[in-house]
Amino acid sequence: MASCGMAAGAERVFQKAKEQIAKQGNNCRVFQTGCLGFCQVEPMVEVRLPGGDRCVYGPVFPEWMENLIESCSKGVLPDDRQIGRIQTLPAVPPLVADIACQLPDHLFYKRQIRIASRNCGQIDPESILHAFGLGAYQALAKCLAEMTPAGVIQEIVDSGLRGRGGAGYPTGKKWLFTKEASEKRKYLICNADEGDPGAYMDRSLLEGDPHAVLEGMLIGAFATSAQRGVIYVRREYPLASRRLQIAIEDARAQGLLGEKILGANFSFDLDLVEGAGAFVSGEETALIASIEGRIAEPRPRPPYPAVQGLYDCPTVINNVETWANVPAIIQQSAHWYGQYGTEQSKGTKVFSLVGAVRNTGLVETPLGTSLATIVEQIGGGPHPGRSLKAVQTGGPSGGCIPADRFDLSVDYETLEAHGSIMGSGGMVVLDDRACMVDIAKYFLRFTSSESCGKCTPCREGLDHMLQILERIATGEGENRDLDKLETMALGIKDGSLCGLGKSAPNPVLTTLRDFRQEYLAHIEEKRCPAGVCRELITYTIDEEACTGCGACLKVCPTDAISGEKELPHLINAELCIKCASCREVCTYDAIGIV
Amino acid sequence: MDIEAIAQNWRNRPGMVTGALHDLQRRLGYLDEEGMKVLATALEIPLSQVYSVATFFSSFRLAPIGRYHFQVCHGTACHVRGAVQLRERLERDLHLTIGGTSPDGNYSLEEVRCLGCCGLAPVVQVNEDIHGRMNQIRLGRLIRPNEDENENPVKN
Repeated sequence: MASCGMAAGAERVFQKAKEQIAKQGNNCRVFQTGCLGFCQVEPMVEVRLPGGDRCVYGPVFPEWMENLIESCSKGVLPDDRQIGRIQTLPAVPPLVADIACQLPDHLFYKRQIRIASRNCGQIDPESILHAFGLGAYQALAKCLAEMTPAGVIQEIVDSGLRGRGGAGYPTGKKWLFTKEASEKRKYLICNADEGDPGAYMDRSLLEGDPHAVLEGMLIGAFATSAQRGVIYVRREYPLASRRLQIAIEDARAQGLLGEKILGANFSFDLDLVEGAGAFVSGEETALIASIEGRIAEPRPRPPYPAVQGLYDCPTVINNVETWANVPAIIQQSAHWYGQYGTEQSKGTKVFSLVGAVRNTGLVETPLGTSLATIVEQIGGGPHPGRSLKAVQTGGPSGGCIPADRFDLSVDYETLEAHGSIMGSGGMVVLDDRACMVDIAKYFLRFTSSESCGKCTPCREGLDHMLQILERIATGEGENRDLDKLETMALGIKDGSLCGLGKSAPNPVLTTLRDFRQEYLAHIEEKRCPAGVCRELITYTIDEEACTGCGACLKVCPTDAISGEKELPHLINAELCIKCASCREVCTYDAIGIV
Repeated sequence: MDIEAIAQNWRNRPGMVTGALHDLQRRLGYLDEEGMKVLATALEIPLSQVYSVATFFSSFRLAPIGRYHFQVCHGTACHVRGAVQLRERLERDLHLTIGGTSPDGNYSLEEVRCLGCCGLAPVVQVNEDIHGRMNQIRLGRLIRPNEDENENPVKN
């Protein structure tokens, strides 16, 4: 019952399950959980039988729930729609170690190590008792009982944890700056303004296990002596806000927020602030401006927020996933966390694996896992008949890694060396039906309209680059446009204050480098090889494949298709608006694009 | 909630202006000029600050929206899975352009950056409900749920 499951119909399934159980009056109990990450098979249901047998099903629909509940009440787990069985209930639930993955036989889960998302899908995120059951706030208790603030920071430093929002700055180091600042008033911020399109790790963490984030912040507050925290949540995530609000109130009621927490000489409380829809407000100084009541415009750094942040006070600002990792590290150890990942990039990272891949969803893997493992094994590779072209990482600030470089390891350094970034963890897989000029254009349209306007190169330059790309996409580009794009890209990178402008040209630069042939096909041959750019394509019907079933004729909104029943149909190119309806309904793969 | 109470609630709190504007917008569904003026006075900040925040962020609207508010997600995953065609379909069927509201006040159309349901792309949100795995046919049913599915709504 996270946003994505609900978009797939989970609420009706949940409702049906409740009704069925009420009707049968048996001893079943149903509760909601956060997201298990495997969006492709949403809505998902997990069944736990007395004695420990557990099984995950998906995709399920309301009517099927009757079978499931009836069968389960007799102690039988049905075979159809099984994602996998979970062999045993963990004997000591609170341990995060070796939680790795609960469905070790399933390809999607096999190679995952779930640390940040350890409790997502395991607990009712609206129940603090469920969270307690899996060990929530035990790491905080450990800090208060056994550790010093300096010891906590040392543990985080030793773990090698780096900012999961994109920049990858060492978390412990940030905390240390704030701890050492002389001002008395200090703040913590959780950046939940997850703006990268195609990325939704943080939404899922907040919706699935909000207490992990609260506990992480409490530990951060203990370590840095901050008294007050702010969680800044994107406006587009109302469910995450609601669950956070519930979590905050429950934690307060349990004495985990407020004065004298757990009886110790330690006080901390939190405010929840909703964003208002601006990509740039994910930049830390812009986010602070927004909390202070101004428009979200970045300011030059230094001074960094760790020294001078919210209301000019020292402020630690970390993103959702970073905070969620903290309790696991404290509870286990820095050494335990460091066993995952590479020398420079330790631990695990949650990625949103989406786009043209069979298994879409959220995956958490150790850093250093190869792109091939993530895309081809966990993701199950391309859809039948398609071939992979590239993977776009890092959102609008990132770039495209071509399929022949899927041997690359996913860590901060490697991706950056290849002109992209890891960013917040978005991975959009592109197949042969994606046009790289169109992708570059898409991101520039995004960044140019999200530029706050403060720096001229970003405000004006991105718009000019977009115009050039639009020319190329309509077949009116010239060869020298490519040089122009490169020159402007470098100028914008140099001349912009914040990360938005500095990285906005990346999607253009990486596609120009690795997919220059596609740009040239648009310019010299007036052709879009992937069949995407409107002005350069025509929809046609393959006479051999068409059976004259008439499905396309019925759905065509402009009456562009004609033909007799059981004879091949024809598309009138003058009337065709390229809406793709015919392609969608044709079961014979007869609609082609040339 | 009256404006004085909104201001009282948010004065000097983190997220003061955006928070107060969200509450103000909840009253009418958009931000009215008079409301912003009263709010600025009550928060003891310049009207220009209220107005700059109201026009900087895309969540704030200075005009009413329709009874059915369609939001087409245009995140990357939705883009590569046909968001453009979905947007055009809505524009055609609802006789609206992005940002527009129908004269009868029934429909309005907006493009949003990313709803964070990328695993179910492409996605369209109508009022509070997010609909995943959209395509032309399912979108047609969403626009006109009562229509016979063999009938093409666009041709009517």
